[in-house]
Amino acid sequence: MAHFEKANSVYEWLDQRLALDKLWKVLAAEYWIPKNINFLWAMGVVLMTMFTILVISGIFLLMYYKPDTKLAFDSVNYTIMQEVWFGWLWRHMHAVAASVVFLVIYIHMLTGIYYASYKRGREMIWISGMLLFVTFSAEAFSGYMLPWGQMSYWAAQVITNLFGGIPFIGDDLVIWIRGNFYVSDPTLTRFFMLHVFLMPIIIMMIIGLHFYTLRIPHVNNQDGEEIDFDAEAEKYKAGLKKEAKVIPFWPVFLSKDFFVLGVFMIFYFYLVFYHYDFAMDPINFDPADPMKTPPHIYPEWYFLWSYEVLRGFFFDVGPFSAMDMGLIAFGIANVIFFFLPWFDKNDEVAPASRRGGFFIWFWLLVADMIILTIWGKLPPTGFNAYIGYVAAVGFLALFAALPALTAGRKGLLKFVIATTVVLFIAGFLEYTKTLGNGFIITLLFLVFYALFFLSPVIVKRVSGGAR
Amino acid sequence: MNKELKILAIIIVLVGITYWGIEPYAHSVMHPHHEPATFAYEDLKPLKVKGNAQKGAQAIINNGCTGCHSIKSQNIPAPMDPVSASASYGVNPPDLSLIGAVVDPKFLANFIKNPAHAALLDHKFNDKKPYPMPGFFGSEQDLADIVAYLVSIAPKEVSEKEAFEVGCGRCHNLRYDNWTVIGEKPKFKSKVEEADFELKLAQYEENLKNYLGTTPPDLSMFIRSRGPEYIRDFIENPQKILHGTAMPRVGLTEEATEKVVAHLEKVGDRKKDKRNFLGIWVIGYFIIFAVLAYLWKKKIWAEVE
Repeated sequence: MAHFEKANSVYEWLDQRLALDKLWKVLAAEYWIPKNINFLWAMGVVLMTMFTILVISGIFLLMYYKPDTKLAFDSVNYTIMQEVWFGWLWRHMHAVAASVVFLVIYIHMLTGIYYASYKRGREMIWISGMLLFVTFSAEAFSGYMLPWGQMSYWAAQVITNLFGGIPFIGDDLVIWIRGNFYVSDPTLTRFFMLHVFLMPIIIMMIIGLHFYTLRIPHVNNQDGEEIDFDAEAEKYKAGLKKEAKVIPFWPVFLSKDFFVLGVFMIFYFYLVFYHYDFAMDPINFDPADPMKTPPHIYPEWYFLWSYEVLRGFFFDVGPFSAMDMGLIAFGIANVIFFFLPWFDKNDEVAPASRRGGFFIWFWLLVADMIILTIWGKLPPTGFNAYIGYVAAVGFLALFAALPALTAGRKGLLKFVIATTVVLFIAGFLEYTKTLGNGFIITLLFLVFYALFFLSPVIVKRVSGGAR
Repeated sequence: MNKELKILAIIIVLVGITYWGIEPYAHSVMHPHHEPATFAYEDLKPLKVKGNAQKGAQAIINNGCTGCHSIKSQNIPAPMDPVSASASYGVNPPDLSLIGAVVDPKFLANFIKNPAHAALLDHKFNDKKPYPMPGFFGSEQDLADIVAYLVSIAPKEVSEKEAFEVGCGRCHNLRYDNWTVIGEKPKFKSKVEEADFELKLAQYEENLKNYLGTTPPDLSMFIRSRGPEYIRDFIENPQKILHGTAMPRVGLTEEATEKVVAHLEKVGDRKKDKRNFLGIWVIGYFIIFAVLAYLWKKKIWAEVE
């Protein structure tokens, strides 16, 4: 056993046993972050705060919520919203945080993509982050079911049904997930378990992993500059604070984060009190009714883009059925971001603005995802369905083209483009068949194509781009 | 700093476009626009003669109205209890004590004359399947007298709850307010009493369902699921918003409709005032927080930049 002196204070007593001084240094006071950052680097702290709000408000809701199809709706909308002291506040905070947390996740993700913070040793940061995205999605989906409103029920019905598309085991899998042949009480109770126990625990563990993955490769900076963190830290500790390229997590990094957080909280609480319908869909204030299908079924906004990739394939192309293509595309959309570090063949770490064609690729991706999101909510009828189709094919094409684009492999790029052309022609044929005039859809394809073709051309011209 | 503002501007624009697409725009596509309610009931003809309330008191009895309707304020009791009445007519005929205070007089006259037509239910009722309440075949003067009488016995002011009960309460439950289609749920002294009430309620609801073809929804959360404007416009003309619905146009005045909406808000969104009040304080707190945080940040970063 180690030797222990008599302690002169409580802090010293604890420090002897827990090494608090050292722990604080490792975690905060000497945890080094690059100085060359902007407010996008505060999103991690914002996310952590949002997650904390979700956990705390969730605990309060859990004390009154009843996971039973007969009681759930009233326990939320009457007991919690009207009877419990400030129950309405906890519920609004929980629902709105669940929605805006995805907004911040998307900003956080796109920041990572823009500044190329997923490669050259940072792959595990990216992967653990994507794991968080997936587990947050599962958490959001299971939570949305709990109030047992109309959209809770029908979204659960539609989404669990998707697993039926998996070959051989699909039908059994759907029953296994639902715990019944249709969405019903056992479905609610198991999703309740997932939402309040299993998923939160997994999420907390992955958050720990995500923080840990930052330790070795360190946080990226605005210019993708490679920093010798040990040397810079020595400079800082020696008092050369202005010259050092790093700052400690506490207090310098957090002082900026607190300001960003404060501004974000103003926005968040404005939504909580005065503008919550986008996160608490009015239709979900109708109790679940298995006999009454709502005219429009749509997921929450943060799932719309992948939902539209699924819906985008709505007609058969040759031997491929619309349903199968949609499911495959949906499957790809949900995992493709995991592989980004390997799809990007260029190992240069720099902001997209200095990476030529990648810059165009990035903004095409953002534009495509916004289009997918908006058209994911609109009824998929008439012309809307074709916009969804183009955007869905475009999404896949963007990822298919990325390796060829970043590796400068023209042949491969041509192949991807040719495949996309075939899919667009299929869309054109279908369009002329059903709507008569292919002019607008052709124009749409041409616009997309012009942008698509432009990127390799620009890659060649702009220095510092893909070789 | 400039660069950060530029990034912020880009994010705000992109989030703004996305928000506009999935909320205002998507909803405008999914719920086509309709003209807001005017409560003028312009499709109905006004009466040409002036009514006399005193004569109306007699006319309402002579014409057999009280054979089905009670007028409790005038000590005219209901001939049947609600459940038996619903078995006969599908729905319990309303008590007429307050009807003149919540229903538009022009609508009332037209309804008495041709109920299915005024209620906009011509598509559901015809000679083979007549509306439960027969049309009025008396003179226009008698009709005007009856309407004048009903207006004269109605109180000047009805409460929000009363407006709801008269206008909606015989078809719609409001369980968060303890209201059922057969009246307020009482405090039960015994299990037998409770079972008896539940049985009556179930029988009434069954009759109602057979009559309408569907069970009218409980309205407890309608203020959140539909919102005030929808409810208002829907009450004024159900067919305009939900074509083919079994719900009759009930002819409420604008004032009575606002009372119904206010009542639904009290029942379904009881914490609205608290929410609006507390919001300002919480947001104010974070404005102060952000300002202090900014000053602290400036102080700390002055050492490193």
